[in-house]
Parts: sequence; structure tokens; C-alpha cells
Amino acid sequence: MQQILNFVIRNKTFLLFLLLFVISLGLTIQSHSYHKSKFINSANFLTGGIYESASSVSDYFDLNDQNEILLQENNRLRSQIFNSSDSILKTTAYIDSVSFNGRYRVQSAKIINNNYSSSKNYLTINKGEKDAIKEDFGVITSKGIVGIIDNTSNGYARVLSILNIKSRINAQLKASNHIGSLKWDGKSSATTVQLADISKFAPVKKGDSIMTGGQSTIFPKGIPIGTIESYTLDSSGDTYTIQVKLFNDMTNISHVYVIENLDSEEIKLLENPIDE
Amino acid sequence: MNSVNINSIIRFVVLILAQVLVFNNINFLGNINPYPYILFILLFPINNNRTLFIFLSFMLGLFVDLFSDSGGIHAAACVTIAFIRPPVLKFTFGMIYEYQTIKFNNTEFSSRIVYFSILVVIHHLIMFLLEIFNIYNIIFVLQKTLFSSIFTILLCALISILFSNKQR
Repeated sequence: MQQILNFVIRNKTFLLFLLLFVISLGLTIQSHSYHKSKFINSANFLTGGIYESASSVSDYFDLNDQNEILLQENNRLRSQIFNSSDSILKTTAYIDSVSFNGRYRVQSAKIINNNYSSSKNYLTINKGEKDAIKEDFGVITSKGIVGIIDNTSNGYARVLSILNIKSRINAQLKASNHIGSLKWDGKSSATTVQLADISKFAPVKKGDSIMTGGQSTIFPKGIPIGTIESYTLDSSGDTYTIQVKLFNDMTNISHVYVIENLDSEEIKLLENPIDE
Repeated sequence: MNSVNINSIIRFVVLILAQVLVFNNINFLGNINPYPYILFILLFPINNNRTLFIFLSFMLGLFVDLFSDSGGIHAAACVTIAFIRPPVLKFTFGMIYEYQTIKFNNTEFSSRIVYFSILVVIHHLIMFLLEIFNIYNIIFVLQKTLFSSIFTILLCALISILFSNKQR
């Protein structure tokens, strides 16, 4: 016993180093698996508060740009209203009186921290559980998609950016219904993502648009993502991997919309029935 | 609470805030960022409690991780360089370190740069290895380490020159 104690005391710096190193290694490995990085994230009281006060200062610098973006979006929405006054009535065959607000609920939020330089990028927004924001809500801007909420605290939420090697988003070609999954390889610049698993029979053309597919319970169908920059046939020869140039400038986003799919629970329950 | 302790506490807070609010957003040429917060570890007073020093380095890394959503990569790298600091000090400064009379303000500039470089490169290598976490991308890791290290060493040298009060 005495010897063990002596050993511990003699090597206490090394043992402390080993302990702390293993802890941080554990935290790192935990952060590699989706939905597990609970402890160390920027959506908490301290970091959220500091980021929010910092962004309240830096917001003034790109006020003009953001106003311009909002104005363009208003413009587009206005022209949609004026040019197709009765399109809403035409697209829905009947009015569902139970969920008359539609399938999706949209809230606006502000980005208070944006990363795009590492291989696992996250954003922090200034809304959280107290605004009824939960995990697996989609986040978009007026130009395209941004990511998926993956962690929330009371006042803040963390967004798993599409520029993250863990991100997988269902996407499709606009011209046809061929679907694939949108991911990021962690190396290319912040303007390009990859669309994998597109069937070789799909009519892939340079410059075509990519949008979200309707198969996920997170994003509604038809949100724009980007255009095809280049494409290669995989080594197996069955699927294309497409380089997609994003519509969104991920390095300059400030105002975002958080989308909640009101039917997502029902769909999930239907797809994964509880085993007896 | 003497002035050394207060100085260290102020350094701890200021370096973390500077790192997460300024240096994490530089993104030079797309994705090159400097990490000068490790100046806290590099310039920590030497004849001090080693256990406390390692623990403080862990906390420093953990706080930076907290802000930049990176799991525990900064903490792991910081703990490692805190642990291997004494041998590196012995290697770069030699005799002065043996007598425990080292003052960073009074050391030669060239040996200080060597000392900075060794620890910065080790820190960045461990950090990017853990961040990418894929042995097939080793070239990418080395590339990131190289560019970020140059940036960090330059900034560390600049900051240590700017804020040194030379008394000979």
C-alpha cells in the first residue's frame, strides 16, 4: 500500500496529465458522433451570452449588406404575391381545418457565432428552448439551407452547419427526381459541398440546380441549395458525385429562419414503429 | 494574491476572449487561423506548481473548446504541451533553466523563437490530428499544421515583443 501511494505521489504530474488527456480525448471522440456532444458546446449560458454581446457590436458593420439581402427577399416574395394571387388555393385541394397553419412553422433567428474554417463547423443562434426550438429543426436563409439544429439550451441553440463532415442532408436534382445525400468532405472551400449517390441514369448537367428533397422530415421539399459545378462518376460506376456550388454565402450570414416540421413526429412514428 | 497571480488570471481571460472573438474569425486564405492563446502556457512563470500548471492548461483548452464547438481537441493539445514544457525549456535555454533563474523578457530572441516553435508545432499537430481524426488525411493535417504554425509563431513573437517590459 505504501509503495502504491509513493508511486502515485512521485508520478502525480504524469498521472494528472494522463487523466486530463484521457478526458479530453473522450470529449473529442464523443463530439465525432452525431447527437452526442452534450457537454462541450457553444449553446450555453456563458458562451452564448458572450457571443451575443460581441455580435451586437459587430452587427453594425454589415448592416447594409443584410438590409440589401432582406430587401431582395421581400422583393421576390412581393412579386410572388402579385403575380399569382390565387396560387395558394390551386395547390391545396382542400383546407385542413385541424392543422390549418400548414405543415411547417417558421421562426426567425440571428446568427451570433459562425464557423467555416475547421472540418466540423457549427453556428450558434440566439434562440433556444424558450422559443420552442428543439433538435432536428432545419435552418435556412432566404437563399438556401444552412444546417440542422443539433443542440439547444434555454436561450441559445447550436446549428450543425452543412459545412460539417457529420452533416447528411437529403437533396435532389431540380430537373428530375433523382435523390442523393448532401455532405461535405471537410477540405473544399466554404462555397462547395458534395452531393453523393446520384444514380448514373440521372440527367446531370453543369449549371443545373440542386434543391432539398422531400424525403427528410426536417426540410420541406424545394428549398434551393446550389448549382452543379462539376461531376464525376464514382469508381464503382453506378453513382455520380457532384460538386455543388452553394447559393448561400456561408461566410456571411446573419438572419436565418428556423423551420419546424409539425408532422415530423407522426412520420417518424409511422416509419419506426415501436417494437413489441 | 501577488501581482504574478493577478497577471496570470488577466492573461487567461484576455487570451481566451481574444482567441474566440478575434483570432478564430481571421480565416486567412479560407481556413488558416492562428491560435495565440497558448501564449498563456508558453509564458507561464516557471518555478511554480507543476500540477496546477497542467490543470490550468487543461481549463484553458477546455474553454476554447467550449467556444469553438470542437469537443476536446484544444484541451488535449494544451495538456500535452504543458506536460512536455520542462524538457523543451531545458533543450532551448540550457543553463539558465537549470538554475531556475529564467525570465522570458530577458532571454535571447532567437532561443525564444525556437522554444515557441517547438511547442506551437506540437500543439497544432495534436490538435489537427484530433480534429480531422482520419489517418488517410495525414497530408491535409500536416498542411494545416504547417500554415497555422507559421501564423501562430509570428503572432506569438509579435505579442511577446509588444507586451514585454524589458528590464535589464
